[in-house]
Amino acid sequence: MKSDHDIPAIIDDMAEQLRKLTAGCPPDSLAMVGIHTGGVWVAEALHRKLGLREPLGVLDISFYRDDFTRIGMNPQVKPSQLPFNVDDRHIILVDDVLHTGRTIRAAMNELFDYGRPASIILATLVERSGRELPIEANVVGLHMALADNEYVKLSGPEPLALEIKRDT
Amino acid sequence: MSQSSLQIRDDGRLRHFLSIEGLNRPILQEILDTAESFAGVAEQTVKKVPLLRGKTIVNLFFEASTRTRTTFELAAKRLSADVLNINVNASATVKGETLLDTLRNLEAMHVDMFVVRHADSGTAHFIARHVLPHVSVINAGDGRHAHPTQAMLDMFTIRREKGADFGRLRVVIVGDILHSRVARSQIHALNLLNTGEVRVVAPRTLLPAHTESLGVQVFHSLRDGIRDADVIIMLRLQRERMQGALLPSEHEYYQLYGLTQDKLSMAKPDVTVMHPGPINRGVEMDSLVADGPHSVILSQVTYGIAVRMAVMSMAMQQAGAGA
Repeated sequence: MKSDHDIPAIIDDMAEQLRKLTAGCPPDSLAMVGIHTGGVWVAEALHRKLGLREPLGVLDISFYRDDFTRIGMNPQVKPSQLPFNVDDRHIILVDDVLHTGRTIRAAMNELFDYGRPASIILATLVERSGRELPIEANVVGLHMALADNEYVKLSGPEPLALEIKRDT
Repeated sequence: MSQSSLQIRDDGRLRHFLSIEGLNRPILQEILDTAESFAGVAEQTVKKVPLLRGKTIVNLFFEASTRTRTTFELAAKRLSADVLNINVNASATVKGETLLDTLRNLEAMHVDMFVVRHADSGTAHFIARHVLPHVSVINAGDGRHAHPTQAMLDMFTIRREKGADFGRLRVVIVGDILHSRVARSQIHALNLLNTGEVRVVAPRTLLPAHTESLGVQVFHSLRDGIRDADVIIMLRLQRERMQGALLPSEHEYYQLYGLTQDKLSMAKPDVTVMHPGPINRGVEMDSLVADGPHSVILSQVTYGIAVRMAVMSMAMQQAGAGA
């Protein structure tokens, strides 16, 4: 089932919230990182709107997942690329959907293997029910209450669209 | 049990990594793609990912090796596994313990993976047939048979240098084909990846019978063999295996088969020169070539870690795992 949310308007709103949240940070200290794949699409849109100086970083957290031995490796692992020094940076971490919180935990672990950021804030297009870890987003595009057997999937990058799927 | 069913699980994933024979093209591609991701780990401040945390890997080396053992050890450590190095020459077999007993004892210590090097062909396969269901075996070189991780790191190097389309490449392997497990694995890998043309160049005494049946062109002259080559892989002259006077002298070998700047001009201008190491300078190649702009010998060492990380992590995925 396709959702009829106006994604560009939601991204505009998220960019505005991020601008306010990071108003106190020196422009050179800000950097953005998207989580592969959907998070990178959202991050690309936000990165353009915020006009950040540093190029966008990309994380593939496959090597940091806590369920590797249970479900194996995604054969489509992409290399992580952080084209800036993480040390002392204020990092805006971007993902498409915040669900259990495990992806964000893995992403933060990976970020710290690149250096010691000054701070991390989390922006997600969708915040849905089902958290298994004490992780919350600082900036959220839209909230969704979904049943355990329902999933949100972002398609993109042009245009970005949300779809709700149900396991039967 | 066929080589394929021993190495590949029912769901198509890698179980053991013993030889290129028995594997298929998608698995080779997966190894190369996964290695590409692991290559980035060395650029992190913390050069480690937690993938194999809590796993124990034993480097079981019955034959001396520095580079291969060290890169396997580093690969395991960068995956956060615990590593045990056992040099069996100096250990239990001297006291009369059989290979199977050594194996059972290590298994009793809850080991998850064996990386095996042995002077006898087939040792890694033998061990793979006898380990517990959750234990994986990686062949780090067995006799004259196979050295599949070396072959895969060479494929990775070629892909980095020349791009993913092997179909337009002419790859030439030069030297002691007869004693070389590396050459055998390379030829199988190059063929599986649909390489345009694979050539071998060697004196008749250093070629196995029926080399052509492996799907390669055979040359006895270095100049003819490397004409218009995209990639030249020089093999080490295995002095320690050279029993039976197969060569008049190393000096004569160098005159005929040593790669010099002059001979290299027969190849394409952007030719890539590789060598699995360790190099015998002035035997297989001139120092000017080994240290020259076409040489990627040190990159091969670097890539070897990423490729071994890929193979180890792929083999450690549990049976029945879905993506």
